[in-house]
Amino acid sequence: MNFERIIVNALEAGVGVETVVFALAAIGLNVHFGYTGLLNFGQSAFLAMAAYGVGTTVATFDLPLWLGVVFGLTASVVLALLLGIPTLRLRADYLAIVTIAAAEIVRLVFRSVTFEGTFGGSDGRQSFAGDFYAINPYPVGDYGVGSFGFNERALWVLTVGWALVALSCLIVFLLMRSPWGRVVKAIREDEDAVRSLGKNVYSYKLQSLVIGGVLGCLGGFILALARSSIQPDIFGTETTFFAYTVLILGGAARVASPVVGAMIFWVVLSLTDNILGEAVGAGYIPSSVLTASQVGQIRFMLVGLALMLLMIFRPQGIFGDRREIALDAR
Amino acid sequence: MRTRVAVFLATLLSALVCVLGVGAGVAHAEGESIFGFLKNPKGGENVPVPGATVTVKGPGGFSETATTDADGRWTVETNTAGNFTVTLDQDSLPKGVTLRNPDADSLKVPIAEGQDKPVLFALGKSTRVIQSKWSQAAQLSAEGLRFGLIIALAAVGLSLIFGTTGLTNFAHGELVTVGAVIGWWLGSGNLPLFLPDFGGMNFVLAIALTLVLMGLIGWANDAGLWRPLRRRGTGLIAAMIVSIGLGILLRYLLLYLFGGQTRSYPATRGQKGVELGPITLSPIDYISMGIAVVVLMAVAFALLRTRLGKATRAVADNPALASASGIDVDAVIRIVWIAGAMLAGLAGVLLGIAQGISFQTGFQILLLIFAAVTLGGLGTAFGALVGSLVVGLFITVSTLVIPAELKNVGALGILILILLVRPQGILGRAQRVG
Repeated sequence: MNFERIIVNALEAGVGVETVVFALAAIGLNVHFGYTGLLNFGQSAFLAMAAYGVGTTVATFDLPLWLGVVFGLTASVVLALLLGIPTLRLRADYLAIVTIAAAEIVRLVFRSVTFEGTFGGSDGRQSFAGDFYAINPYPVGDYGVGSFGFNERALWVLTVGWALVALSCLIVFLLMRSPWGRVVKAIREDEDAVRSLGKNVYSYKLQSLVIGGVLGCLGGFILALARSSIQPDIFGTETTFFAYTVLILGGAARVASPVVGAMIFWVVLSLTDNILGEAVGAGYIPSSVLTASQVGQIRFMLVGLALMLLMIFRPQGIFGDRREIALDAR
Repeated sequence: MRTRVAVFLATLLSALVCVLGVGAGVAHAEGESIFGFLKNPKGGENVPVPGATVTVKGPGGFSETATTDADGRWTVETNTAGNFTVTLDQDSLPKGVTLRNPDADSLKVPIAEGQDKPVLFALGKSTRVIQSKWSQAAQLSAEGLRFGLIIALAAVGLSLIFGTTGLTNFAHGELVTVGAVIGWWLGSGNLPLFLPDFGGMNFVLAIALTLVLMGLIGWANDAGLWRPLRRRGTGLIAAMIVSIGLGILLRYLLLYLFGGQTRSYPATRGQKGVELGPITLSPIDYISMGIAVVVLMAVAFALLRTRLGKATRAVADNPALASASGIDVDAVIRIVWIAGAMLAGLAGVLLGIAQGISFQTGFQILLLIFAAVTLGGLGTAFGALVGSLVVGLFITVSTLVIPAELKNVGALGILILILLVRPQGILGRAQRVG
């Protein structure tokens, strides 16, 4: 059992790309669910919009990367509006069903053979991040301590990613301290009371959806640029459920808790994967019980179990406040 | 679907046979060559075309002409690899025999080392059988009806669970999958984990035992998880997220136990289609539809005519009032869970018969079940039935106009549209849903 490898992998996972991506997705979801009480189960569609915005613009249409970023952001805003206008008058469980349906539609369209010329079908798009790595200021080499470290490309992605995370947290912090934030939190508590005060609840919800969507889509950009490859199946419902687990783990309605939740989530998953993998490899676990290829399934089972236990026993997560969670309304 | 593919493959095969013969039988030991058979489809037979001229031109000024013999076969030995052009002289074809595509009389043929390559010139009219739109529509409607009935079984359970408890059960798809998987384990005898394999049991017996086990699972769901949560006062959104977690847990547990490949029930493999007018389905498809109809009618009868059914409808309508009038709400909910799980399990078995069993079977139709239930009216069993039939028919018949891969998009689009126009669904009561 190579414990050094296990620990180094866990530490790298804690600050790595996946953590950044899910932290950004969860920050967006925090604005939707944590602060406004909107049950948006289509967050993966926003990530897909950003990723395909970048990937398609560069790989299919040969335009510069910054244009792809602009398209991705615009597409996310449009998706938020399209999603919000018809559905924000619906009750929470209806909204959940509709947003899942919308995310599935987005994924199926990106995956379809009909649009294969533009979106690449089930293979997706590759090799579009050249411009991004061209402006990498870090010289070639490995940066780190001992076996823990990243090469210059990964370091560049992580720098940009964590900068975006910090920026998003700042935006959320400032927003939620402002009068706008107070109205939005009130909507979460009691919509009718806010309406009776003369506020346009529908408009506030729509704005919240757009802002959360744009913050979430930043995760899509990092995901696309880090791997320089996107496939439609990355953006299925599983991604949204992971983001919810991250959010609830950290604690909804707290500024930095999605980030902490993401770090803990990926450290735990990395530890589980690696420990089980090493145990199977070293023979501690017989292959009749678990084979090497089944280790990944344990990860999903853990996520499902964690989601259940969290919601039953500690819905406010690690840092959340019990009084602030939007889970008791029907 | 299966039979349409079979018909197409059969005609493609016969078209190939027309002009190629079974070229695999011809294998030269050394030296490359190009060859072919010219046969004209006439009166259901493939008549060889003798005396036609084929010219092969190639690199290094290679040019050779061959004439088809009495069997319609021609051969040109090239003895080198390279890119060759094969041209059929259309004037040399006998009267009444024409190339199917007169512009395609010249083909580019690359030859690899040691290769004897057959070349295809299609003669005569295309023998592909193309169904008219109407018979296609009829076939699709039949398949849509079958699919809709299967979804209806699952949707009725989901709708009743929502009506009586308010829970939007995202793990319902997994109940469907569990039913399909248990049916497979019992029917084939390959039990998971450490349980001993046995020879497999009679399929009907396996289904019956599956339903009993599903009833137990439904009881366990309510007794072990949902009733304690209700007692604690867990909110409905929290319960919904718990059901999402349960769904993920069950799905990957099934992946672990069942494996990742799609399997089929041993008793239902390789069935010939039975034609009923323009519709061709296998006998087991008709039986599945029959079972689904009978079970749904039984459920409808139970809901309408029995005391328990009346109590269920009362609890689904207004639990507090039903409790005040003396109905044991917890018992009703327990029975709804048992029945809902059994119906979902039956849906899983029928779905497994129709399209194979995999750990994702239920999850893939979960959104369609939601669409059906929402379309018909969340909380009413008859609404779920109507909604399911509409969704099932829409999905299959829409493939006449939209590409098959996007058929789910159509159904999901309908869901969103309905929620805009008539949020309570077709049979739901007009209450505010937002």
